[in-house]
Amino acid sequence: MKILVLMKMVPDIVEELEVAGDGTSLDQEYLRFIVNERDDYALEQALLLKDRLQAAVTVVAPEAPEIDDVLHTALAKGADRVIRVSGIAATAGTRSTASALATTLPGIPGVLPADLVLSGCQAIDDLDGFVAPLLAGALDLPYLGLVSRITVDPGAGTAVVAKEYAGGVMGRFEVALPAFLGVQGCEKPPRYVPIAKVRAAIASGGIEVVAAVSGPATTPLEVTAMAKPEAAGHAEMLEGSVRDVADKLADILAARGLL
Amino acid sequence: MAGNVWVVAEHWKGTISEATYELLALGRNLADSLGVRLEAVLLGHGVRGLAASLGTADAVLYVDHPVLADATGQQASRALAALASARVPATILVPTTNVSWDLLGLLPGRLGVPFVNFCRDVEAIDGALQVSSLLYGGKMAVTVAAGPGPVVLAVLPGTRSPEAGRSAAVPAVEEVSVDLADDSGVRLLEYQEPEAGDVDITQQDVLVAVGRGIGNEANLEVAEDLAAALGGAVCGSRPVIDQGWLPLVRQVGKSGVTVKPRLYVAAGISGAPEHVEGMKDSEVIIAVNTDAGAPIFSVAHYGIVDDATDVLEALAEAVRKRKG
Repeated sequence: MKILVLMKMVPDIVEELEVAGDGTSLDQEYLRFIVNERDDYALEQALLLKDRLQAAVTVVAPEAPEIDDVLHTALAKGADRVIRVSGIAATAGTRSTASALATTLPGIPGVLPADLVLSGCQAIDDLDGFVAPLLAGALDLPYLGLVSRITVDPGAGTAVVAKEYAGGVMGRFEVALPAFLGVQGCEKPPRYVPIAKVRAAIASGGIEVVAAVSGPATTPLEVTAMAKPEAAGHAEMLEGSVRDVADKLADILAARGLL
Repeated sequence: MAGNVWVVAEHWKGTISEATYELLALGRNLADSLGVRLEAVLLGHGVRGLAASLGTADAVLYVDHPVLADATGQQASRALAALASARVPATILVPTTNVSWDLLGLLPGRLGVPFVNFCRDVEAIDGALQVSSLLYGGKMAVTVAAGPGPVVLAVLPGTRSPEAGRSAAVPAVEEVSVDLADDSGVRLLEYQEPEAGDVDITQQDVLVAVGRGIGNEANLEVAEDLAAALGGAVCGSRPVIDQGWLPLVRQVGKSGVTVKPRLYVAAGISGAPEHVEGMKDSEVIIAVNTDAGAPIFSVAHYGIVDDATDVLEALAEAVRKRKG
């Protein structure tokens, strides 16, 4: 069984975000990138399936700052093959990225067809589309998103997956393979990997690099302004020592009849 | 002739969603300012009766097909793309909810038209659309120029009051047939309800909600202790559920539940739109976060920039002292 995992980097929003001089994009100077959290869960799903079914897991990611760390970590966790696709601008937008991947992936030996393609079902910078369903459509694969559990029956050529609705309700779906699943969660958090194993992966130099093949042209969205959101309101901020603040809060709660 | 404004009439388990009425209110304003008709698009099988509550729209376009019975995004996006290719609407408004998630993900690719995600408002200016969206977990607002021409907008919940989208008027229903094959490769087996026995957080007067900022699972105890002191329960945002620290039924927001307690303490929660939609109508909201720029402070009534665990601990002590 072959599983392809697609991962990408996104700005780390724990850091302060600043608008660039053009007024329509993020200032790249102080930007830190981290792996899209949902993609990390997609990798974990793939590795869990590998543990159960001896699947071969390939990870593909467009070039971006810090991406080599992510790919080395994927190798250290148990991925069999990791590939960085160069030539897709990190600022290209989701539509253009999906288009380039759809054209590039079939040309990389041994990557497609895969029985399962997994990717995060969303990312915080997906302004003009979600990569997973766009790519699923372009590759003509059945697609289901918001998936948080996957079991595969290799004999039947099907997967049974749980998709999140609301209020804790799950839909159980049967999906014919090959298929593309947009991952939201996993039965367990992404596994920890000791730094020594990552170092070993770095030493092995195991990242393959493939140049992107341009896909059909896509028209980027015209972003006319970017700014920190103007809040409709703002909290009354309480200051002082933790003890002072707690006392003030207790006063407020008492005054509002909440104690 | 300019195309009409379409709203996808989302329904699940036989009921039109609240998000649909919010979109009808938004779509009504937009259609009026563009001088076009507002049409609701209802996709399903044997659900024509649901059209009766969509009277805010000038008309309902109803596609009835057996493969749309438990519409997966695969089939719904095919049906909608076929319909939109034939009729060329100015814009299609789709709610950003779990029910419509796959539809809104697949539709722009199938239709080959632009898509704007995370929309919180849209206005018509000289026949074109100006769309306001939230990016990066609510930390940046962007304005996007779209149209003229079809565009799909994924609209965040909470842009308008659902009441503004309800109407007693009876809409005209036009049944439209679309060719669909039963070959999506995706089949619903069943819905699984959450296991009973856990606390129903929608019924609590006081909720202490924890997010990534509480640091580790051991700190849940501090939240539990404050909840006990206040006579409430603990709930969480997505990262805490992902880590397995709390069950999915305790999640507030998009995949979880919407709560309106008298008091909501948000500890270490940044306030991404997916979380805020589930708690913004709480009577009193207290937010504690180390990041002074966290979006949660724009919905909270009281804010503290500090370590969440330290504040919860001190607050539990202060509350107990008051209560004697």
